[in-house]
Amino acid sequence: MENSGVNADLRAIADRVWRQTLEVYLRAPEVRLASSLSPIEIFVALYYGGLLRFDPQNPAWEERDRCIISKGHGSICMYPILADLGYFPAAELERVCKAGSFLGGIPDPVIPGYETVNGSLGHGLGVAGGMALGLKVKGGAQDVFVVTGDGELHEGANWEAIMFAAQNRLDNMHLIVDDNQICMLGFTNEINSLGVLSQRLASFGWNCLEVDGHDVMAVHQALWSLKNTRDGRPKALVARTVKGRGVPGLENAPMSHVMSPKAEIIEALLREGRP
Amino acid sequence: MSGTKPMAMRDALLERIWRGMAADERIFFVTADFGAPTLDRIRSDFPKRFVNVGIAEQNLINVSAGLALEGFTVFAYAIAPFITMRCYEQCRTNLALLSTVRPMNVTLVGVGAGYSYVVSGPTHQCYEDITLMRAMPGFQVFSPADHVTASHLFDRCVGRKGPKYLRFDAQTLPVLYGERAPDLERGFTVLKDGTDACLVATGYMVHTALKVAERLEEDGIRPAVLDLFDLSGFDQEALAAKLAGHRAVVSLEEAFSGRGGVDALLRDLLSRRGTERPILGVGVEPAYHFELGDRATLHERVGIGPVSVEARVRAFLRRLS
Repeated sequence: MENSGVNADLRAIADRVWRQTLEVYLRAPEVRLASSLSPIEIFVALYYGGLLRFDPQNPAWEERDRCIISKGHGSICMYPILADLGYFPAAELERVCKAGSFLGGIPDPVIPGYETVNGSLGHGLGVAGGMALGLKVKGGAQDVFVVTGDGELHEGANWEAIMFAAQNRLDNMHLIVDDNQICMLGFTNEINSLGVLSQRLASFGWNCLEVDGHDVMAVHQALWSLKNTRDGRPKALVARTVKGRGVPGLENAPMSHVMSPKAEIIEALLREGRP
Repeated sequence: MSGTKPMAMRDALLERIWRGMAADERIFFVTADFGAPTLDRIRSDFPKRFVNVGIAEQNLINVSAGLALEGFTVFAYAIAPFITMRCYEQCRTNLALLSTVRPMNVTLVGVGAGYSYVVSGPTHQCYEDITLMRAMPGFQVFSPADHVTASHLFDRCVGRKGPKYLRFDAQTLPVLYGERAPDLERGFTVLKDGTDACLVATGYMVHTALKVAERLEEDGIRPAVLDLFDLSGFDQEALAAKLAGHRAVVSLEEAFSGRGGVDALLRDLLSRRGTERPILGVGVEPAYHFELGDRATLHERVGIGPVSVEARVRAFLRRLS
């Protein structure tokens, strides 16, 4: 089954994924919650907005678009998305991090729908560059999408890959930065600033847009516009997001990456809905 | 197949790769701005399947992994210390780890084993790679001693999936396999049979072992000499049985001694079977040196030249008798 239809109700889906991510956290508090709440709209736009061609019954389908989720830890929100799309039974969400489950604290490619190893940061973009080049040489029309965090871009291998993509005119390649502006020990700009990231990427020869990363329709529109542009330049979307979004105390807290909100707070939020 | 006139290992392999690329559109060649005259032909004849990532070994590995995931058979090419140590975590994560769930075919061709970049100093010399690359499960590690073996490895690399590391000498070495082909399934060759110690050598040191054996034979000591060119997938039963027939073992490698190289490999092989033998590990004393000199001089300085090795083997055998 090819899933390429646009789902008009992206906002409602994003709300549902937010709730389900909190539910996963309640059962498996080992997962990184804050960095899994910032990219929800990015993944909802990609997987429900008709941007990606994929087949949950055949994750290795040759005609699929490749989506490399490079910010491994901060993508637990993909568990409910992949379950909903049919990559694996929803019952698996009940046993995240439990013995015998394939859904760990950091996603691995044993999970149907995950392409590569992303527990270690800064690997996805380079591997995606090889895939994008390979697809070009094969004459395929598939696109490659990579989702990274902003702090992850401190890893120098990313900049080798950024230069490589521009040099080889990989305009089938898309980098989406979940720009929540927080690393593990504080604000990215105070640790090792990326400057104005969109300008920096543009100076490396990339076609770059910026967007409010929690406006799912705006994310969707920006990605459509990038996907439909093939002018020799690789493409990037800097999505300004909020780490820990929707969880008071966690939201935009400099140490949010290692904070574990109490179960009562999460249960109250699940009763009352996303603020 | 390459002839018996000595040539550089890389040239013998690149020749095979060029022919392979002409016949098979799935073969890709990726370099980190490292060249060779034969490479120019690959670049001009197959521009779509030749890519130079620049001086960027991390990306060399990552791009190679991505191409392999798309079904290509990839040869990645750089200087030995850089293609192993500059990008070790990329090798671990995107080749060793990822290939356990996504079968892929990537061969790393590292030129410059041991001291073979003689005047370039310790950055370009390579004494740690055998240990490091063997540490990763699934990595197939080959260390040929002549260009004929290097040439034969092409078929092995194309024909079998998984990550591989080829440790090539940068110099042209004498031909060992002029009349017979190396047995790639067995992974080692008995170059000289003997009744005393068994010298198990890899790469350049195979030639040293042959010289040492000749000197010892003048005194009636008859060591066997083995070329161990497959350092991960050799026939363990056959090698263990061969070693069990000798009263002592000498390992010879152009790598740090006592740090998990061929010496450790042999010790582990024998101890697992309860057939321990006294082992003399001949390798580079673990230290970095900046002194210049020709390879023979450098080898004697660190205890792995023929004169040093002969003396060490004699002393070793005396202690045992």
